[in-house]
Amino acid sequence: MNRNIKDTIVESLTGVSVLLIIFIIVSILAVTIAGGWPNLNWSFLSEFPRDGMTKGGIFPAIIGTAIMTLIMAVAAVPFGVVTAVYLAEYANEKSWFAKTIRFAVKTLAVVPSIIFGLFGLGFFIGFVGKNMDGLLNGGELKWGQPNILWASLTMALLTLPVVIVAVEEAIRTIPREMREASLALGATKWQTIKKVVLPGSVSGILTGTILAVSRGAGEVAPILFTGAAYFLSDLPHSLSDQFMSLGYHIYIMSTQSSDVDATLPIQFATTLVLLLLTFSLNAIAVVLRYKIRKNRK
Amino acid sequence: MTTTGLLVQENYGSNEDVIAQTVANDAQLDNSGNNQEIRKKPSSTLLSKTWMPVSDNPRYGLWPLFLGTLKVTLISLLFAAPISILAAIYTAVFAKPVVREIIKPVIELLAGFPSVVIGFFALMILATLFQNIFGYASRLNSFVGGIAMGLAAIPVIFTLTEDALTAVPKTYTEASLGLGASRRQTAFYVVLPAAVPGIFAAVVLGVGRIFGETMIALMATGNAAMISMNPFDSVRTLSATIGAEMAEVVFGDTHYSVLFLIGSLLFIFTFILNALAEFYFKNRIIRHYQAKK
Repeated sequence: MNRNIKDTIVESLTGVSVLLIIFIIVSILAVTIAGGWPNLNWSFLSEFPRDGMTKGGIFPAIIGTAIMTLIMAVAAVPFGVVTAVYLAEYANEKSWFAKTIRFAVKTLAVVPSIIFGLFGLGFFIGFVGKNMDGLLNGGELKWGQPNILWASLTMALLTLPVVIVAVEEAIRTIPREMREASLALGATKWQTIKKVVLPGSVSGILTGTILAVSRGAGEVAPILFTGAAYFLSDLPHSLSDQFMSLGYHIYIMSTQSSDVDATLPIQFATTLVLLLLTFSLNAIAVVLRYKIRKNRK
Repeated sequence: MTTTGLLVQENYGSNEDVIAQTVANDAQLDNSGNNQEIRKKPSSTLLSKTWMPVSDNPRYGLWPLFLGTLKVTLISLLFAAPISILAAIYTAVFAKPVVREIIKPVIELLAGFPSVVIGFFALMILATLFQNIFGYASRLNSFVGGIAMGLAAIPVIFTLTEDALTAVPKTYTEASLGLGASRRQTAFYVVLPAAVPGIFAAVVLGVGRIFGETMIALMATGNAAMISMNPFDSVRTLSATIGAEMAEVVFGDTHYSVLFLIGSLLFIFTFILNALAEFYFKNRIIRHYQAKK
């Protein structure tokens, strides 16, 4: 075959692959928007589900997701930042300890989300919760069952690597000269980190937090049996309450609902809400990250 | 054969194949006289061919789950790997810098789609679409599930492959182009071979992503634990089994333990995959460039 023709064919094939992927992304968006938009209004966002979940809104699911990701972020971000500071500032890259931690973080990032769910069930509920009940409540069942605290902590473990990676990347963009200037002025290493490194990586910490929240809001597998509930007539009032979540709501409504067809508009609209939420969070993170990378150059 | 009757009644899977298989298995068990023993020790059924944890004679055969997971992973990979690698070649080698800056974040958007959204898309749209095209019987099957899980794996494979391709030294490309090779020849005979370890690592991590995917498997694969190599049959994966059954088991029960066993297997498997990608392939990349320098 003529070389030029072959070149053109192969090059177009690679181009077509890109277009196909983009087409898939656009269709997922288009389908969700087309199916969900007509049903998306204020009352849908602000009402409780009614009539056996066939009517009404998704207010408790939105609030549940918000509270869960908030507790998750409170648990994951400080821990992640500290780890990132250690890895970027203190760790000796060649030591086995630093290598082990780095490998552990990477492993944590690829462990299937359902495994986190199992861990949450076995560790937080079965071990920590049961023992808390034994010590605090005289054996009465309160913490040894699924609730929003255990679900959030499980999700925090899942999103920890997201925070660590984003923060470490940001810390590494801070120019060496700034650290050296601070050290040369007599500041200790810790003072340098507190006054120079961390303030300089605020946008990185923010990026990590946003990415973690976006990931946590979308994941369902870890909360399947650590705290998410099918339907609750009330919002969670304490850490030992169960909660409703957007992702879990979509899963339940589309697979276990008694009349899947009747609730289709609700399912599409819920999916659209979840997609808009994670989408806008990711978009913000992308912009922030772009700015960080630009600073580095 | 009274047990068989009970089993059929209690079998919540509606698939007739599963029931037929169970009946056959039961007959076999009766013949070999192992039935009583199995009743006493449910864990001894781990290697049997039936997954039926909820019955008065529970079976925890992992084979259908293993084979199901393997089948879905294979379908998924056959779909996701070529398309992601080709797309990565376009982005890293052929595309103009401006275009590349657009393509990369757009495809990475796909990584930000929650898996429950992709599962919902597969359940509502892909399942019907594929059924209309191929005309198979069960709407949710390993093909639909595999394609949907492939969507989740595409950004993983794409991003890592693209990184591997751009990491190939510019001098390689320039030398090749300077010798009069076309861009296509340079891409496929120079850049691609140099990036092979990195691409392997990308695919390996993609496998890990597919293997552990739970929500898409739960929503789009039909969830019938049966042994079949037909891509259009329903299937139940390891992770979906945990997701579907863990909420209903008794704490500390045999069923509970078996689900944790499956979880451990999943964890060990992804751990090995990640270690492979991290150490073996990365070392090979480094050695590769050092040897060529």
